[in-house]
Amino acid sequence: MAAAATPQTPAQTLAQKLVARAAGRETVTPGEILTCRVDLAMMHDSGGPRRVKPMLEKLGARVWDPDKVVVVTDHYVPAYDADSRAIVQIARDWVKEAGIRRFHDGEGICHVVVPQKGYLRPGMFAVGGDSHSPTGGAFGAYMFGVGATEMLGVLVTGEIWLKVPHTIRMHWDGRLPPGVSAKDMMLYLCTRFGMDGGQYQAVEYAGPAVAALSMQERMTLSNMTAELGAQAGLVAPDQVTADWLAAAGATDVDIAGWHTDEGAPLLADHRLDASTLAPQVAEPHSPAHGRDADALRGVAINLAYVGACTGAKLDDLRMAAQVLRGRKVAKGVRLLVAPASALDQSRAEAEGVLGALTDAGAELLPNSCGACAGYGAHTFGDDVVAISTTARNFKGRMGSAASQVYLASPWTVAASAVAGRVADPREMLA
Amino acid sequence: MNPLQDFPATGRAWVFGDDLNTDLLAPGGYMKFGIAEIARHCLESLEPRFAQEARPGDIIFAGRNFGAGSSREQAAEVLRHMGIACVVAVSFSGLYYRNGFNLGLPLLVCPEANTVADGAPVACDLDGARILDHASGRVLACEPIPPHLVAMIRDGGLLPHLAKRLAAERAALTSKDTA
Repeated sequence: MAAAATPQTPAQTLAQKLVARAAGRETVTPGEILTCRVDLAMMHDSGGPRRVKPMLEKLGARVWDPDKVVVVTDHYVPAYDADSRAIVQIARDWVKEAGIRRFHDGEGICHVVVPQKGYLRPGMFAVGGDSHSPTGGAFGAYMFGVGATEMLGVLVTGEIWLKVPHTIRMHWDGRLPPGVSAKDMMLYLCTRFGMDGGQYQAVEYAGPAVAALSMQERMTLSNMTAELGAQAGLVAPDQVTADWLAAAGATDVDIAGWHTDEGAPLLADHRLDASTLAPQVAEPHSPAHGRDADALRGVAINLAYVGACTGAKLDDLRMAAQVLRGRKVAKGVRLLVAPASALDQSRAEAEGVLGALTDAGAELLPNSCGACAGYGAHTFGDDVVAISTTARNFKGRMGSAASQVYLASPWTVAASAVAGRVADPREMLA
Repeated sequence: MNPLQDFPATGRAWVFGDDLNTDLLAPGGYMKFGIAEIARHCLESLEPRFAQEARPGDIIFAGRNFGAGSSREQAAEVLRHMGIACVVAVSFSGLYYRNGFNLGLPLLVCPEANTVADGAPVACDLDGARILDHASGRVLACEPIPPHLVAMIRDGGLLPHLAKRLAAERAALTSKDTA
């Protein structure tokens, strides 16, 4: 339990409190190298069982605590060839063998499915075998991505080393204007601070504009902390967090104390104004190539993609539908929609969001990482100029090195699909 | 003592810029295959010569934030597979930095990493945390590798490091049982 600052305990950041708890310490100092106990280890089919199983066998070791491991298939589902089928089958067989009960097969992307199951709570210390694992920070958990070999270390020992991070605070004043979203905040931050602006420290998102965001929008902030090059991206848990988790079945959630103390040491404290932010579009081939959408209008696109952990949650689908309702995708443009989870898809269907998308001409894809990961199914050809809600537009990531990928919010992607060129969604939302 | 004499060049320098990412090192389309196949396509979108011509002992030099992006550790494993002696960069993505050492690929942080000429004969001295640039006759100072990572790299990465730890624990248990 994190105690409030008293004369005996110096003021600590949220990140310090989370790490201290996991390290069994009262307080910790940035820069210290510590060993932490892991509360939850998440893996997917690509970096998970197919990589760790042979290593565990080589060591003759077992999983330290199967109840603390979650496995989700999302990269190679639905399997599209013999190789991908084999990869997914290894995951299915291994969870049985290892006694892992929290296995979610084809239910959606790990970063969305795991919180929706109520597995992530404030105060936890977690690792994920995927770079977008900082998503867990939206729930007040210290969560970061690791490679498969490092995950093996966690599976064997239940522990991981960590250099206690400094905190970089992104304090957002004001409130986002209509048509501007968490994705725009992150594209702006990546552009302003660079893909290493986070310095592998903890970024904490704070201020009234962040407090006003829904949980899924906060997840987008924490998720794209990976693009800022930070280790963790935290939002102090509040009533919004507790209510969302209660609805997901996590009842005994404690939010008290999990916040940065007044006067805690910050590496930087950036003040930003949400109310003046315009829709952002990142040009190829970096999320740090952002500009106001207005500056890029006229760039013709032939594919629009609403997908990925950072762009196809229910809130994202709602944004796209708001623009697309009563409109049609431009001739010569394909709009692909891959809802981030089966749960989000069924909710979107129930409230008419999915219908609005398909009525406009969207093609529905499975609940998986799909084109974002570039792992095979639905990858882009040479001639593709895409605008996408995904987190990364690295050269060749989503297919051909000749394809061009622009990143934007679901509002902007939907508006661009209608216009056939990069568009500012505010005109279609008015 | 002349470090340039004591450390003859082991290979050539491959010089890259900032933000060289994991998707370039280990392209997604080949991730379902084994490391040998991924290595054949390493950096193909950026420098197709690399996968063809890189030889054991060669060293990669880069600017800021080497290894940005994915947690896919094959992006470090491919370089180890190709025998790259080490990667020297102005800075590394934190996730890649962890993966490099876990996979037994040494990484050196060097503020002057981007001042070496492409193709120059080079060598690295990991214990001394320095790079020998035989073309210019310079010795570049690097940040020392943290001690817990030195121990891991000496063992060849996390897997052999863990094997050693488990063997020691089992031996201790056995000696307790027989005592």
